[in-house]
Amino acid sequence: MISYMLCLVLFSVGLYCILRKRNVIKIIIGIGIMEYAANLFFVLLGYRTHGRSPIYAIDQEIKSMVDPLTQSVVLTGIVLGLSVTLLLVAIAIRIYERYGTFDITKITKLKG
Amino acid sequence: MEISFIAIPLASAFVVAMIANLDERIQDCIACLAALATLTLSLFAITVLSGAGSSGAIVYKVGGWVPPFGVSIVIDGLAAFMLVTVNLIALAALFYSTGYMKKYTDKWKFYALFLLLLAGINGVLVSGDVFNLYIFMEIAAIAAYALVAFGTTAEELEASFKYAVMGTVASCFIFLGIAFLYGYSSTLNMADMASVLASKGPSGALLLASVLFLMGFGLKAALAPFHAWLAYAHSSAPAPVSAMLSGVVIKVLGMYAIARIFFNVFGITPVISFMILTLAVLSMIVGSMLAFVQSDIKRMLAYSTVSQIGYVALGLGVGTPLAIFGALFHLFNHSLFKSLLFLNSGSIERVAGTRDMGKIAGILDKAPLTAYTGLVGALSICGVPPLGGFWSKFIIILACIQAGRPILALTAVVVSILTLAYYFKSYTPVLFGNVTTSKQIKAKSLFTMNAPMVALTVLVALAAFILIPVVGNVFMDGAVASLVRGISYTDVVFEALK
Repeated sequence: MISYMLCLVLFSVGLYCILRKRNVIKIIIGIGIMEYAANLFFVLLGYRTHGRSPIYAIDQEIKSMVDPLTQSVVLTGIVLGLSVTLLLVAIAIRIYERYGTFDITKITKLKG
Repeated sequence: MEISFIAIPLASAFVVAMIANLDERIQDCIACLAALATLTLSLFAITVLSGAGSSGAIVYKVGGWVPPFGVSIVIDGLAAFMLVTVNLIALAALFYSTGYMKKYTDKWKFYALFLLLLAGINGVLVSGDVFNLYIFMEIAAIAAYALVAFGTTAEELEASFKYAVMGTVASCFIFLGIAFLYGYSSTLNMADMASVLASKGPSGALLLASVLFLMGFGLKAALAPFHAWLAYAHSSAPAPVSAMLSGVVIKVLGMYAIARIFFNVFGITPVISFMILTLAVLSMIVGSMLAFVQSDIKRMLAYSTVSQIGYVALGLGVGTPLAIFGALFHLFNHSLFKSLLFLNSGSIERVAGTRDMGKIAGILDKAPLTAYTGLVGALSICGVPPLGGFWSKFIIILACIQAGRPILALTAVVVSILTLAYYFKSYTPVLFGNVTTSKQIKAKSLFTMNAPMVALTVLVALAAFILIPVVGNVFMDGAVASLVRGISYTDVVFEALK
């Protein structure tokens, strides 16, 4: 149970980082933390204590095994998170070229 | 056939990228042909589904794995209806961009991203698996972030960054929602999940997942408290991208996903429909109020989208068969006229050289075709009688009264009057105002930009014909039926598997 709570804490840290930080790069780091928390929560759902990999052999009896589906889901989630982070960093570099700052409160050419 | 809705745009995106050095016209042809092919296929799918002897869904087992173990592709009435709408708008926007995108360099990158977006949206519509839906949603979203930033001006980059941050936060909420659902039901297949959830009954985990989904998809659909990013993103992007984002993307990533998950997987409950109705009423009012004070033509259209998406959510929230028909009909109408208006704003910008409505006047004299197509779109969104927009709003209001919710009906009427007011206030001087010498014509409009606008205008004018039973039976009944049947969705999918 304590690990799920720590996931929630990590998620909240990420959300706080996105909402409160003014630096564009720190916001991107916040998104990364949030994605890690979500991925960690998902992979923990499939974890079993003393579980082993779900590979069957003829002369073996498996008492407890971890859920492989959550692991493949999280693997896909990590790849999606990577591509979003890459795009955000690319946009951040271009933003620095145009505005000369990483401060989100100074990047305000759009009004309304 | 089922997999080609994803495969054709995805393959075309790669082909366009590979022939980047060849003539631009070849790339134009490939992009338009891909959209035409998916449109033809979606029309074929809708006729198959409405034909006699159809079980109500087409199911394809990816890799031959039987659901719930493998990933499945499910095209039911709702998905087929949405596929026709999406691919129609995509074809119009792609044809428009063959001319419009000439002012940017590296047109092939635009086509590759646009086709990736199309593949993502089609994937969301046809997937029968909740995690697959999430993956395709992310593909579409990443392509959309990049497309918003396509011109790489300061405004576009700022809009893209804000859109991307909001979109990623929404995706995180949706991902957590999926985690809770998987933890509770031990399955990711939507049909299987519906039957598992029905047998387990209501619980706290389910409510938590519902709230997470409503937040995530509400953010993607730009429903009222979550609407802030929309005006940035939709007004900064190139015109065909705005048309696609406003006309299709927020509806598929937001409203379609809400409808699919809450109606077909969870089963709609009074609590959820109350939450949807609250968001709907808020968006309708906030969107129309904000649209009133805009001077930029594309920002006005973007806030108008927030208000109109509220009508769709209102119809879904009321939830009677008539209200659902009204919501889906309004969704179709809004796709047509809002993409028409955004394409139109691109032409106005090209002719007048600015997007500020205070500085544009007398488009009618300079570019009559642009003016008349814009006028038809604006009249339809205001709800002027013979056009489709009137009928869909009328049906939603009628359904609210029929369901015994007169206050919601009154709100819908008031917002409809507000819509008429702000379009009248801002569009009349743009189209009919007197031309002064300083507002010289900048450029002629092109055939490739006019043709899709005229085609969409004709469709907007003809949209009311859906109310005729012969057309409506083929086009709308399957879509309404797949939402009305609720969690019996699972029976239909497993029936089609046999």
